[in-house]
Amino acid sequence: MTGRAAREDGPGRGAMPTYLGTPSFPDAARRAVSDARLRGNLAHATTTIRARRAEAVAELDDWAELREAGRQIKDHVLEHLGHYLRLLEEKVTGAGGTVHWARDAAEADRIVADLVKATGETEVVKVKSMATQEIGLNEFLAEEGITAYETDLAELIVQLGDDRPSHLLVPAVHRNRADIRDIFLRAMEDVPAGLTDSPAELAEAARRHLRAKFLSAKVAVSGVNFAVADTGTLVVVESEGNGRMCLTLPETLISVMGIEKIVPSRRDLEVFLQLLPRSSTAERMNPYTSMWTGVHPGDGPRNFHLVLLDNGRTATLADDVGRQALRCIRCSACLNVCPVYRRAGGHAYGSPYPGPIGAILSPQMRGVGSEVDASLPFASSLCGACYEVCPVAIDIPEVLVRLRARVVEDGPRRPLERVAMAAAGWTLRSPTRLALAQRAASSARRVVARGGRIRRLPGPLGAWTETRDAPAPPSESFRAWWARTGGREEDGG
Amino acid sequence: MRVALFLTCVNDTLFPETGKATVRLLRRLGHDVEFPAGQTCCGQMHLNTGYRRQAVPLVTAFEETFAPYDAIVTPSASCAAMIRDWHPRLAPSSAGTAASAGRRVHELSEFLVDVLGVTDVGAYFPHRVTYHPTCHSLRTLRVGDRPLRLLGEVRGIDLRELPDADECCGFGGTFALKNSEVSAAMCADKVTAVRGTGAETLCAADNSCLAHIGGALTRTRAGVRTLHLAEILASTEQAPA
Repeated sequence: MTGRAAREDGPGRGAMPTYLGTPSFPDAARRAVSDARLRGNLAHATTTIRARRAEAVAELDDWAELREAGRQIKDHVLEHLGHYLRLLEEKVTGAGGTVHWARDAAEADRIVADLVKATGETEVVKVKSMATQEIGLNEFLAEEGITAYETDLAELIVQLGDDRPSHLLVPAVHRNRADIRDIFLRAMEDVPAGLTDSPAELAEAARRHLRAKFLSAKVAVSGVNFAVADTGTLVVVESEGNGRMCLTLPETLISVMGIEKIVPSRRDLEVFLQLLPRSSTAERMNPYTSMWTGVHPGDGPRNFHLVLLDNGRTATLADDVGRQALRCIRCSACLNVCPVYRRAGGHAYGSPYPGPIGAILSPQMRGVGSEVDASLPFASSLCGACYEVCPVAIDIPEVLVRLRARVVEDGPRRPLERVAMAAAGWTLRSPTRLALAQRAASSARRVVARGGRIRRLPGPLGAWTETRDAPAPPSESFRAWWARTGGREEDGG
Repeated sequence: MRVALFLTCVNDTLFPETGKATVRLLRRLGHDVEFPAGQTCCGQMHLNTGYRRQAVPLVTAFEETFAPYDAIVTPSASCAAMIRDWHPRLAPSSAGTAASAGRRVHELSEFLVDVLGVTDVGAYFPHRVTYHPTCHSLRTLRVGDRPLRLLGEVRGIDLRELPDADECCGFGGTFALKNSEVSAAMCADKVTAVRGTGAETLCAADNSCLAHIGGALTRTRAGVRTLHLAEILASTEQAPA
């Protein structure tokens, strides 16, 4: 992160500690685009899930109403967030849980590490969680002498590969079967000899490896998909059953949740438990839905801690357009349809939140001071495919446009672009000046173009003509033709 | 009905034939169209590049220039979307009033099908054509199958379906420069899809996207030419496009 960025990180902004110093999106994407295997893996995975999602959504004739309900419930919660957070704290505490408030990643990491240390344990098992990726929890715990074991298959692959997740739901989407076998052989201490890359064998190896962890772990760390304010009930949805093991077997459960994950009442889950699985895994219902309310003697963990994480969310909430990003339920439908994500891969987004939603979340939560955060709002052709599939109707293109203006005003300086845009604005503010510029372009056409095409443009425009011809200016603009003929005379055009 | 042509700055400067074709087509259908000389740009480039403040005077000038007209026709889905979606937000004085240009602007296929009520415009174009629905026509304006219904009535046309038609071509305005590698990769896939149809002509309702795909088509010597929807619809036996 640049010095400028550090100064701009005032109170209220978040941090994603493990992603400091990430290159700008175009720089990272350039490398990914040239990686044919990565592009192949991504194209295969996203094309399959897209088609299945479309089918799963088409099954419901009230999808539009569900989507609208999801949007309204989330907006209502965001509007009354203070009220619902206090209610949630009261209900969780009343049910025997303990609530902790974390302003940023550092506070949340410290709280979790201290809670683990208080148990005397040095190992924790983890349920897949975006919030703990965001705060770099595994890395922090390691520094504190605590080993965190990821138990979601894909997260395990990422962790054993000393890698970063590249997709919200399928964090190892950039890996294929052969990669996974190599990672297991290299990093899984109890790997079966002669492991092949058959999916059944890989899954069995992971299952045996994890089973030992589940049975011995005394502490688990999870995220939260939904928190029901009026009962204090926490909800985790998952597909593998590893989550259910972590949430029920250990003695102590520590759950980290972003403050926006609240729904007012249990009834609201009806909406989200339809929206989420169909949008994310294209399933009618996810295989495992775990719900718990505080602690119950003889049933599940004896100690439950809930860490409420801000880390830039309040700052995001302050923007009347940008706040809709907080409706996100982390389904990843926007990633799967995004033509940019599909070519650039998840790592280019420089945060655990890749794809279109990451491009509007990270610059809001972290601010636009760093190169990567200043480049993310521009990592989109504004094609609108993300908005169309979003189950809570986040108008991602609208937020991207809002953030682009913020980058121009507060981000790293782009003097050349600023001058070019000012010159274009000056020209376009007057039809007379536009006509003069068009005349100049027309008279230059013989110099720059051959056969009606320009094969090479100077300066930053050269990025276009690397792979594409540019259209040559015509001998006469429409405006000049109209002025000459009144639009009445066809002159061989 | 007083009809104004908003040609757009890109078409005015680089693609005058699209403007001429639009005028010719509308006149053939019995509607005169005026070209208000005060027009320049809808402000989209500035807005989408983050220069919102510089977009505002362009929006205000647009609203003034087109205030006297009952309908505004534009051969650009992208600019029509900008005017309909964003102008009321950028120049709130005209927001929500009947006078707001956002309520009077029609992309060409919308104007033909919804306002004039025609799908057979008497065109003749005996060529293999594939149609790329640009993102803003598809997902912002939601013109649906209007362009294809219009093309379907063109005599002699051999319409070929474009695979993965709803995929973005990678243009995205300054995106094509700021993220040129990703943009080029998207464009390459679009070019492959276009070539696979066997079409001689690629048609769309936006010249900016067409210039992007067309620039890669000529660079790779694909032998496919690009034509704006207006030019195919204006084409006749006497005056072929």
